[in-house]
Amino acid sequence: MSSAVFVNFARFLLLFIAQIMLFNNINLFGYINPYPYVLFIILYPVNGNKTALLLASFLLGICLDMFCNSGGVHALASIILAYFRPALFRFSFGLSYEYQTVKLNDVLTPERFTFLLLAVAMHHFTLFFLEVFRLNFLWEILLKTFLTTLFTLLLCISIIYIIKPSRR
Amino acid sequence: MQQIVTFVFKNSYRLLFLLLLFLSFILTVQFHSFHRSKVISSANFFTGGVYERVNSISEYLRLKDQNNQLAIENARLKMLLFNVKDSTLAPRLDSIKGVKKVNIIVSKVIHNAYNTHENYLTINSGSAQGIQSDMGVINSAGIIGIIDKTSENYASIISILNVKSQINAKIKKTNHFGSLVWNGKSTGFVQLIDVPRLASVHKGDTIVTGGQSVIFPENIGIGTIDKIYIDNQTNYYTLNVKLFNDMTNLGHVYIIKSKDRDEIINLEKPVNE
Repeated sequence: MSSAVFVNFARFLLLFIAQIMLFNNINLFGYINPYPYVLFIILYPVNGNKTALLLASFLLGICLDMFCNSGGVHALASIILAYFRPALFRFSFGLSYEYQTVKLNDVLTPERFTFLLLAVAMHHFTLFFLEVFRLNFLWEILLKTFLTTLFTLLLCISIIYIIKPSRR
Repeated sequence: MQQIVTFVFKNSYRLLFLLLLFLSFILTVQFHSFHRSKVISSANFFTGGVYERVNSISEYLRLKDQNNQLAIENARLKMLLFNVKDSTLAPRLDSIKGVKKVNIIVSKVIHNAYNTHENYLTINSGSAQGIQSDMGVINSAGIIGIIDKTSENYASIISILNVKSQINAKIKKTNHFGSLVWNGKSTGFVQLIDVPRLASVHKGDTIVTGGQSVIFPENIGIGTIDKIYIDNQTNYYTLNVKLFNDMTNLGHVYIIKSKDRDEIINLEKPVNE
């Protein structure tokens, strides 16, 4: 149990540091930054404590907001994702996801990909919508959501593959 | 009473979610309003310290560019110095207002952002160096923004690439005023709006700061006119201005501290109340 806590804590810290030092400075095409820190929320154990996840997501988001000068935007998007995560699990893995042990950091199957895509897209749409906060930029929000989701998804999948726990 | 307690216990997860949602929503709304919260800003010692560390590494990668910029500025200043025709013809400083009107504080950008609609920069000097809110920030090429929040050793700047910023500017040749805003599209261009139709504008004309506020002195370069539109609703010109500055690559900056600033602010205070 305590090893799971440690793994999650390390993931929190590493993703946070990587986000502010590396991924926030990518600026692809001038304005596209990936946000692979959502991996913390995505990879959190399925049967883990939900309240702890909610609080940790909020903390992660608010710390990022401090660094990005963006109010409470990351915090809001993160807790929305954390709250609706079980619903996304149900949608992508079927109703009884809690009984069949879902492991996300493993070989990519259609179910896992659906979950990742939905989670990242949901987080990013909330994020950019709140960041801009004006309806007259709706097309730009959608475009930015689309491009950044692609980028983040690609990064997330590669990160999962790179640090996949070796078995056998 | 007991029912309330059981309700809270039963729905504690949902209530916590709503509480956090409410909290972050308040912070988000505050961020979009003009007066931002002081806590969630990169001008505190923790974020400022981290950004300073990170910047000390990435600084080396930009040294060549920065050196070039400084050399160009030096050359321009030398040219001004050598080409003074006759010291008696030199323009006389206004003796009524005092000779030195402006103080300049030098500082360094330690965090630059240009990928959202509301961009803020962080610099590594703050109230200890005499920086206060609403001071103008420029570099050798042109204007950068206005100081937003300060802590003891760090300050955040509202970049001109921020849809909330609005700066008084004019066309250098004709002295017609307008407001400088950003439409959130390209990092190389800002817009000068509300320029009267009487003004004769041409592509390539220089846009400079207007000097109608205490933030910027007059005639600091901003950019050149790139495209001219006529606003159908207001019949004013909207000019697309190509910035002199490359806002994606900033190093040393100068903060302008006008000596008349406190006097003017004091003078205007009773009027506003």
